[in-house]
Amino acid sequence: MKIAHHPDRATLMSYAAGSLDDAFVTVVATHLASCAECRSRLRETEEIGGNLLEAIDTVPLDAAAFERAMSKLNEPVKQTLGEPEHRKPSLYRPLARLAGGGLDDVAWKTVAPGVAMHRLPTSKAARGSLRLLKIAPGKKIPEHGHGGTEITLVLTGSYRDAFGRFGPGDVADLDENIEHQPMVDSSEPCICLVATEAPTRFKSFFGRLFQPLVGI
Amino acid sequence: MSNALSSSSRPGQGEGDLDLIKRLAYDSDRAAFQCLFLRFGPRVKALMIKSGADADVAEDLVQDVMITVWRKAELYEPARGSVAAWIFTIARNRRIDRLRRQSPRAYEDIDDLDLESPDAGGEETVQARQRKTLVFEAMAELPPDQQRVIEMSFIDDMPQGDIAQKLGVPLGTVKSRMRLAYGKLRERLEDVT
Repeated sequence: MKIAHHPDRATLMSYAAGSLDDAFVTVVATHLASCAECRSRLRETEEIGGNLLEAIDTVPLDAAAFERAMSKLNEPVKQTLGEPEHRKPSLYRPLARLAGGGLDDVAWKTVAPGVAMHRLPTSKAARGSLRLLKIAPGKKIPEHGHGGTEITLVLTGSYRDAFGRFGPGDVADLDENIEHQPMVDSSEPCICLVATEAPTRFKSFFGRLFQPLVGI
Repeated sequence: MSNALSSSSRPGQGEGDLDLIKRLAYDSDRAAFQCLFLRFGPRVKALMIKSGADADVAEDLVQDVMITVWRKAELYEPARGSVAAWIFTIARNRRIDRLRRQSPRAYEDIDDLDLESPDAGGEETVQARQRKTLVFEAMAELPPDQQRVIEMSFIDDMPQGDIAQKLGVPLGTVKSRMRLAYGKLRERLEDVT
């Protein structure tokens, strides 16, 4: 299926700059792994970094800096490629590293009828949190706004909301002011990778009860 | 903050960089490495200091970045981008690791992916060479408020929320400035390709 929804170009720019939060980086990188178009856009955006690096006011190096580098070049190269590759073809590398292989192996925790969740590790310095969410067919998530930015990547299945239909590879990159009510419209469960910057605030009374359970 | 883009710093050394990287990749040419070191080392150091590193850490990071340039020179792919952009991405990844204390692995995964499926044709390389200049021209024409947001993001290593706070504008304004800047860049690239 062709990818129809891509990350916000402002998000891609922050990714290129390296100033995007860790949780969001994982979601964007997992999308990039499946989207050649966004990879091309990324390389163009990185030219901004190249140009700024050239234009920067330089700071002189220590007098011995070059000799120091040359002496290190004579040291043997440490092999850092020892990591076993146990990725399943269905799972892209930035995610596979965190999810421990494949989506079949995820230790889901049911948080509400038809909704299961699994929290993924992020760097300690990360401000956002990262989760896998598995939502049963036909299930509706209560209408909710976001206390902060949220970015969702569909991995399997699909859902529909006011912004359209989101299938595998599609990204919903939502502002803090946006409210939406996604409904799963695939016959299989919809599994998403979700990065959130701040706790989501559900709007309805039921939603507010529901929120501590789902925690998105 | 001085405006780095409208000054006299026209990009002119792109061809020279490519030649130096090739000499490094094919011949492990130390003189070529020294040229790259003297050209980019002081720039990487400045970048790290602007990102919040002290002089010692910045000096260490210059070592890391330039040694990575030496070791990975043969993996450099001209179709992917300019030498300056490539060195920026190496510096960016080291900065994420050391200064942001986050993992750069996801970035490296995506870089590896491009290495596994290089789509470089000769013609595309010519376009790639042009790309940096076109991006430079597009950036130089941006309104100062958009330039500022981009510099804060790429050079000062500030997340969108921090930029908004520092400038005293809503987050949405920061995002829209970035989108507008991106749009200008695309426009310029599409005119040619």
